[in-house]
Amino acid sequence: MTPQVIEAHQLTDSEYDKIVSLLGREPTYTELGIFSVMWSEHCSYKSSRIHLKKLPTRSKLVLQGPGENAGIIDIGDGYAIAFKIESHNHPSFIEPFQGAATGVGGILRDIFTMGARPIAVMDAIRFGPLGIPRNRRILEGVVSGIAHYGNCFGVPTVGGECVFEDCYNGNPLVNAFALGVFRKDEVFYGKATGVGNPVIYVGAKTGRDGIHGASMASAEFTEESKQKRPNVQVGDPFLEKLLLEACLEAMQTGAIVGIQDMGAAGLTCSTCEMGSRAGTGVEIDLQYVPQRETGMTPYEIMLSESQERMLLVADKGREAEVFAVFHKWGLDAVTVGHVTPDGILRVKDHGKIVAEIPNRALADEAPVYDRPHTKPARLAPLEAPSIQDRSAPGVLRADLKALLSSGDLCSKRWIWEQYDHLVRSSTLAGPTADAAIVRVKETGTSIAMSLDGNGRYCALDPREGTKLMVAECCRNVSTSGALPVAATNNLNFGNPERPEIMAQLVESIEGMAEACEFFETPITGGNVSLYNETLGEAIFPTPVMGIVGLMKTAQPTPIHFPEAGLDLILLGGFGSCDATHFGGTQYAKVILDNLWGLPPTLDMRYEKAVHRAIREIISAKVAAAAHDISDGGLAIALCESSFGPAGVGAHIDIPAGMRPEFLLFHEGPSRIIIATSQPENVLDIARENSVEALRIGVTMKERLRIDCDSETLLDCDLTELRQPWETSLERLLHQQ
Amino acid sequence: MKFGVVVFPGSNRDHDAWYAISKVLGQDCEIIWHDATNLGNVDALILPGGFSYGDYLRCGAIAKFSPVMQSIRKFADDGGLVLGICNGFQILVEGGLLPGALVRNRGLKFICKHVPLSVETANCPFTLEATKGQRLSVPIAHGEGCYIADERTLDQLEAEDRVTLRYLENPNGSLRNIAGILNAGRNVMGLMPHPEDAIEPLMGSTDGLVVFRSMVAALVAAQ
Repeated sequence: MTPQVIEAHQLTDSEYDKIVSLLGREPTYTELGIFSVMWSEHCSYKSSRIHLKKLPTRSKLVLQGPGENAGIIDIGDGYAIAFKIESHNHPSFIEPFQGAATGVGGILRDIFTMGARPIAVMDAIRFGPLGIPRNRRILEGVVSGIAHYGNCFGVPTVGGECVFEDCYNGNPLVNAFALGVFRKDEVFYGKATGVGNPVIYVGAKTGRDGIHGASMASAEFTEESKQKRPNVQVGDPFLEKLLLEACLEAMQTGAIVGIQDMGAAGLTCSTCEMGSRAGTGVEIDLQYVPQRETGMTPYEIMLSESQERMLLVADKGREAEVFAVFHKWGLDAVTVGHVTPDGILRVKDHGKIVAEIPNRALADEAPVYDRPHTKPARLAPLEAPSIQDRSAPGVLRADLKALLSSGDLCSKRWIWEQYDHLVRSSTLAGPTADAAIVRVKETGTSIAMSLDGNGRYCALDPREGTKLMVAECCRNVSTSGALPVAATNNLNFGNPERPEIMAQLVESIEGMAEACEFFETPITGGNVSLYNETLGEAIFPTPVMGIVGLMKTAQPTPIHFPEAGLDLILLGGFGSCDATHFGGTQYAKVILDNLWGLPPTLDMRYEKAVHRAIREIISAKVAAAAHDISDGGLAIALCESSFGPAGVGAHIDIPAGMRPEFLLFHEGPSRIIIATSQPENVLDIARENSVEALRIGVTMKERLRIDCDSETLLDCDLTELRQPWETSLERLLHQQ
Repeated sequence: MKFGVVVFPGSNRDHDAWYAISKVLGQDCEIIWHDATNLGNVDALILPGGFSYGDYLRCGAIAKFSPVMQSIRKFADDGGLVLGICNGFQILVEGGLLPGALVRNRGLKFICKHVPLSVETANCPFTLEATKGQRLSVPIAHGEGCYIADERTLDQLEAEDRVTLRYLENPNGSLRNIAGILNAGRNVMGLMPHPEDAIEPLMGSTDGLVVFRSMVAALVAAQ
């Protein structure tokens, strides 16, 4: 092997030496390709692995933690859920539609490969500013890609988030989450057990698409990256729907002993991981692999990332039962090899051996790096700039409207109306809720789920920012009435070979570990996406959390105020804020066009008490509406709750003391706004949980009014606020 | 009563229809695979929503060649009740059981939301439990739900009282706000909205129930 070939496979000299010593000889070209994808950052987690071990992964409800296709949680009554989040950042930049579509397709396969039927998808997507035409094109492509795949497949896309920031300009983030349900005694694993058992390939034929996708996702973007479009796979949601139905039906035959989807690194990853998990070997002959192109080399077949394919191991002698199901659904199903006792991945082409590698060398002995890390670089000044008084009524009103029409805070209806969020008739709360709620029809349980990230907070302090994100995610789930029980994480960072970036990753993981431990939401799986840089410019450290919670199926409490004359209670209190802790807010971003200081201060014990209180309030059915306060602060939360079908706003009175802009727009955690006709009951529950709760006003027909110390700061018709909020995204997308 | 839900490769609201019939209405419900040549002894058929064959050609254009379509045509010719919802409507139109065509939404985007509808006639087995002019809130979820037909056909549909449902706020550009129509025999209805997704308070609306209750009442009356 020449140094050029080794370098082209993104392997270092020492990694190559390790390959030679593991094999006891030089690798063949095909073997080199196999090692390069399995040892890529994307597949091996070589930079993050030692730090990921710090995360809590266990609880009484966790049936399966990290390491499988998805994590599994016991939801009672004999049922379980499988869920996971995964990124498709790099492909979505190169080809937004197919990149995002196959991101959804990939995460769905991770769920149903375990035997679970997908019942919900959510997406966290981040783009550069929409003033730049390319970002508008990427957003439109990503949204249509997600819609195309999820809608056709027949899984509801029930929520997510969409955020804009300069740092995502050359590097959008597309993180897709999926969740499925199954009987807990019908879980399937990716294990090649039973020596002599046939290894069966099912689903789409193999083509040349996506070769080296995993390695592409493990490198920075350069000008040449745009030439890598052939590395992006093409998705076929119809085929995936057939594959879903066929797999679930085939599993019912009892003839399948192990199954794994072919995602990143395709046939390579599925064969060696299934063997490695079972401590067996797998031997396949490529001549049997269904191919849609002629003249494909073993190298290409092994590294193809063609979509909608699965590898399964069946009981010897029962192949016919499996084939019958797949043929009923019109899918290819062929035996390509068998399980061996020797722990070796042996790849033949028409009987001739082209690769022979110990499975464990590929799957478990990838290099692990303790990359040097310094302190996270400060990405913004610590000191606050001088902030002019902007509390005069006219200015405040204009600022509120500016915030409501900003990309981050405006209505995302244009996006989520393109997603079928109702198919399966189980969506109890959809994209506008704090947390989406999907019921499990087979039991009396519903699943609440929320996706959250905050790159700005993490840019100011990766550790505290990550803790705030976990807190908010749990608060969203709790505000819907559910108990948060488990989490999945997507770690989007820059180049880990730069010590200041590595430091962000380490700090963030440690903050996540502390918060997930405290909030009792173990991480059951996830994804690490590094090298999110374009031309040397890294994104903000952007961890994204998906947290799921459990609740009894019941009519959800809306975020919207249903009628006038209800008492408004601020659970958690007004919180506190100074200039330093105001620098990460949406107000600082949109109105002051600045970023500085530190994220809001979090008291995790108090936060947890607020979660407990709101769950009790929801389950006691004494809240007519409840909405978590987060991005944009109290004023934005009030507006969002006012923009419901009833056209009911609010009249509140805020205390003097804190600057009105701080009080209305600071993003201090641990706060929830509640509308109620039974204020005493709400206050009682708050008191029992040692949580502050203040009566701050009442709901009011068609207006939003904010008084401070008997002075009126804002008195505005709801339509005037709602109109910019509702139309902004479309206006930003269609600007010339 | 015994309902049959016809499943084509790519149907994805088959479960919703099955749930509505069996769990909410408490009627028998059988799943019928697209290559079936015998419908058994069902009293009514539902062609559910989804993306039959991926809808990569025109929606429903391939499904109309499924073996089961011959039996469905015969079932309809014999007066059996056939309800086509969304993709099912598209298949019935492609298959010639209903007139007109369904094309890309006016805004060129897939739309999923609750829409207000008005019941235009109670004179058919699918709406007999409703009253003319009744307002329903039922979700839509489609990219190609814009109903079109030539003027003569539209006039004929109106003259024969075969428009069953109209949009009150037209979401997709359908001519004359048409959301649902009947065949000449009044035993086949196609509609783009999803009544099966509005049948329990937990779904945010129970207005879709009236369609299924009407079908059951019509079948009972015919016995």
